[in-house]
Amino acid sequence: MMLDNLLAPLRHLGHSTINAVWKLGVMSRFLLAIIAHSGQSLLRFQLTIREVYFAGVLSLIIIVVSGLFVGMVLGLQGYNTLSRFGSADALGALVALSLLRELGPVLAALLFASRSGSAMTAEIGLMKATEQLEAMSVMAVDPIARVVAPRFWAGVISMPILAALFNVMGIFGGYLVGVVMIGLDEGTFWSQMQNNVDLHFDVINGLIKSLFFGIAVTLIAVFEGFDATPTAAGVSSATTRTVVTSALVILALDFVLTAFMF
Amino acid sequence: MQNDSFIEFNRVSFGYGDRLILQDISLKIGRGQLVAIMGGSGSGKTTLLRLIAGQIRAQQGQVLVDGRDVGRMNQRELYQHRRRMGMLFQFGALFTDLPVFDNVAFPIREHTSLSPEMVRDLVLMKLHAVGLRGTEALMPAELSGGMSRRVALARAIALDPQIMLYDEPFTGLDPISLATIALLIKKLSDALGTSAVMVTHDVHKSLEIVDYVYFIAGGKIAAAGTPDEVRASDSPWVHQFVHGEADGPVHFAYPAQQSLAGSFGLEGA
Repeated sequence: MMLDNLLAPLRHLGHSTINAVWKLGVMSRFLLAIIAHSGQSLLRFQLTIREVYFAGVLSLIIIVVSGLFVGMVLGLQGYNTLSRFGSADALGALVALSLLRELGPVLAALLFASRSGSAMTAEIGLMKATEQLEAMSVMAVDPIARVVAPRFWAGVISMPILAALFNVMGIFGGYLVGVVMIGLDEGTFWSQMQNNVDLHFDVINGLIKSLFFGIAVTLIAVFEGFDATPTAAGVSSATTRTVVTSALVILALDFVLTAFMF
Repeated sequence: MQNDSFIEFNRVSFGYGDRLILQDISLKIGRGQLVAIMGGSGSGKTTLLRLIAGQIRAQQGQVLVDGRDVGRMNQRELYQHRRRMGMLFQFGALFTDLPVFDNVAFPIREHTSLSPEMVRDLVLMKLHAVGLRGTEALMPAELSGGMSRRVALARAIALDPQIMLYDEPFTGLDPISLATIALLIKKLSDALGTSAVMVTHDVHKSLEIVDYVYFIAGGKIAAAGTPDEVRASDSPWVHQFVHGEADGPVHFAYPAQQSLAGSFGLEGA
């Protein structure tokens, strides 16, 4: 009995580890199934375009506004710190590098996961709960090909574009604070940025990051929806899992990618 | 009619884990026949439909449709089999983000390359058949329960199926909608010549429209016969089911392990 009590946490740990590995395996197979059934989303591209509208275009407001404010805050904080060391001129470079390398891809992905990822999970989960996926399959239409794959590709396409837009708005926000509000020299602001930012090393690497985030977030979102327990509580917890898992995966993946890239 | 069977269950068993849902079921559904499968909730009726549709596979025995074993079909064959089949789900299962027109057009667009004009004509014909022409632009949320069941029926018959499966088509409908759906099921079966299986526990309406009835209880076929035979049946079980009596061969009380006195701690007092 005593031993049983001592072993219980260990058993619990083992059980959750096996579950996690199991889920990872199922998810990998799910990704392969999506890729294998992607023909329709590419041949009937309007299916994917429709989802790009829901996942990408409708996320524009939150991405644009957040990007602007993040850039403005970077401008303020950056100026404060840089001016202590007499290098306020480097503000343009600081704003651009922080956004392009880290903040743009990571924050845009976090926002995307909470705005579009959660919506995808809820939508697919509810389609499952109301037998719509089953109805489709009984009509000889594969739900992975018709529902999941177009959403997956839409997410993968939208994410880098949204991250790029986030960067643009952030840099504009930094410009508003640094040049328009504080009064730094406009020429210095832009030329510092131009000198210190490398197209391949900074811009492309940042976009590659956001591509990885796009794949991860959308895969998690569609998988959680498809795997959701078909009840109200099941869909709600699947949606929560999408946001939480996505956030953790984005940050962990960011660390790994940064270690390889920079 | 029974000899020319289109759908045939040959000693089929199915269960989840240790729990057997269907045990050694054998039944035949003839070409063009409308057959009802009746039984209490949880008796395995819907499982039977899922076996015909190939959503699950029999663990023992064969489910033959037009001579072919559904359980042995691969994914591609299964999808070909399903193209000849229409299914009406218990609550319609309409695509909530698509208007009525697109819902009915869905199978046509997915499986044929007909011109938009042709698709439009077909959809209007199917909607007309269920008496809902004029609702094309409505969203599923704007329809009443009976109407959405009828739209789902129009979608199920969009490709003129050879087999129709109805999963509890009368559940949750008011008497008028119920009568309408029953009339439509009968009319469509006669007009299209489909072999149809209807899972239901609405006894009286079903006996009016079907050709043959199977009763399922405890995973086995408890009784079978034409509606007239069922009405005249002297089986106590069929009598209890058809007349909706609370107690009989199927007991009212759950078989509790402990006696009532025991539950209140009065045993031996």
